[in-house]
Amino acid sequence: MRPSGALLGVVPFFAYVTVFLLIPALVVVIGAFVSGGRPTLGNIRALGEPAVTSALWHSVVLSVVTAVVGAVLGAILAYAVSTARPNGVLKRFVTSLCGVLAQFGGVILAFAFLATFSAQGFLTRLLGVGGGGLWLYEWDKGLMLVYLYFQVPLMLIVFLPAVEGLRPQWREATETLGGSTALYWRKVAGPILLPSFIGALLLLFTNAFSAYATAAALVSQGAPLLPLQIGGTFTSEVVLGQEGVGKAMALAMVVVVAIVMTAYAVLDRRASKWLVR
Amino acid sequence: MRRRQDLFRWVVVTLTLVFFGLPLFSMLEFTTRDSAGHRTAATWSALADFGVISTRYPDLRAGFLASVGLAVLTVVVMLVLLVPTMTWVRLRLPGLGRTVEFICLLPLTVPAIVLVVGLTPVYAWVTYFLGGNAIWLSFAYVVLVLPYAYRSLDAGLRAIDVRTLSEAARSLGASWTTVMLKVILPNLRTAVLSASFLAVALTLGEFTIASLFSRTNLQVAMYLIGKSDAQISIAVGLASLVFAFVILFAMSFVGGARSATSPLARLRRNRKELT
Repeated sequence: MRPSGALLGVVPFFAYVTVFLLIPALVVVIGAFVSGGRPTLGNIRALGEPAVTSALWHSVVLSVVTAVVGAVLGAILAYAVSTARPNGVLKRFVTSLCGVLAQFGGVILAFAFLATFSAQGFLTRLLGVGGGGLWLYEWDKGLMLVYLYFQVPLMLIVFLPAVEGLRPQWREATETLGGSTALYWRKVAGPILLPSFIGALLLLFTNAFSAYATAAALVSQGAPLLPLQIGGTFTSEVVLGQEGVGKAMALAMVVVVAIVMTAYAVLDRRASKWLVR
Repeated sequence: MRRRQDLFRWVVVTLTLVFFGLPLFSMLEFTTRDSAGHRTAATWSALADFGVISTRYPDLRAGFLASVGLAVLTVVVMLVLLVPTMTWVRLRLPGLGRTVEFICLLPLTVPAIVLVVGLTPVYAWVTYFLGGNAIWLSFAYVVLVLPYAYRSLDAGLRAIDVRTLSEAARSLGASWTTVMLKVILPNLRTAVLSASFLAVALTLGEFTIASLFSRTNLQVAMYLIGKSDAQISIAVGLASLVFAFVILFAMSFVGGARSATSPLARLRRNRKELT
């Protein structure tokens, strides 16, 4: 068969990704610079409006805080789980639980929080703290706590392989040479785990940054986060020209995620050096 | 040393389970409470009866059925699209391998909310040609699962000798269709299964795209009902969480000693490995 015949075999795939991936990408990129059929920088300039900049700022702060806290807690949990028996029930139980929470989070997590902390929630009633529950809907209080419920599990899942890559021989070698536990963590395990840790941290950042469902289900007033702002541009009765701004915001999100993912790719290549078993 | 580690592990794991268990327990407590504050199983017995659900919560029924249909169609489209293409690229067009890989991993840098923005005009056409049924969301979901499916299928293809297998079949007179269905696919069983599982998991948990395109799937139905009847939607949420957990937990045993992690864990790990 001639090469041109062989190329026919990949036509369906390329046709599909053109329609459902490349065209959407072009729509976002081009749409960010077009308004009413004419090229413009107005959409990009609209990113400077206070509502958008504060949403971006909130999104970044929320993502950074939950990524750092989630990474630290998740790493401690991952280490604790790694000391359990390799194929024991405990490890399977925790990884399965974390898999569910990291993946199915979304709307269900929002409900779980309403059931716990809202005015009628279990904990509110148990502790007898009446009335409260409004803090739950604020981006820097309730949302941060909710986000931890999928950030910590994701950290466990991403980081566990790295912790399990620590060989007991390294610790034994340190002890044989007279090193303490603290020295082992500072000079041996720490430096080996650091690239994996930072890589996972970046992954957690993009995870929180692009999350929409939980926030959408919890926040009904206003749009404190960038994904909610984007969602708002086409659920509200569209003010003319808002579409373009939505695309500009979408482009801004892609740029942030792409930068972080690139950094992640570089780190991950370094980290995987130690993971070969 | 050993004792200290054990103590540390139990303290950390217990704290974690309390942290994660509290909201889940609250969901159970919330759904078994009547207006006077007494225990009642009314919500759960309503949920167990599909007839009651259908009449009282038509959204939930529609969303559930839509999600099941979406899961099936997403898996089918994903497999039909990826398996032949990836095999063909390996056999005849190795030069295209990098391009296909790049395209398949691209969705990782595109948050679902951004995809919605870009897909709006595309879905205007989909609705024009095929109608507004929720099931056509599968086309977008295939894009979302592309990176994960690519990773597991790639690992599967790597483990078998595609070229020798297909040349043997071809020289015995098999058509390309036969090669695909009877030679390649059976050898990729595990990879196809895990790719399908990821696709199902992702589809059942998807909210963003469905919600913004105003189609009702399971998650959107839960969200909508949550506004009027919190108890039933929280019960559905808890039930689906428990269901997903039981499946993952069971599958972690089926997976054998090779890996103590669940398929979803592998999903995240794939994500980590893919660069």
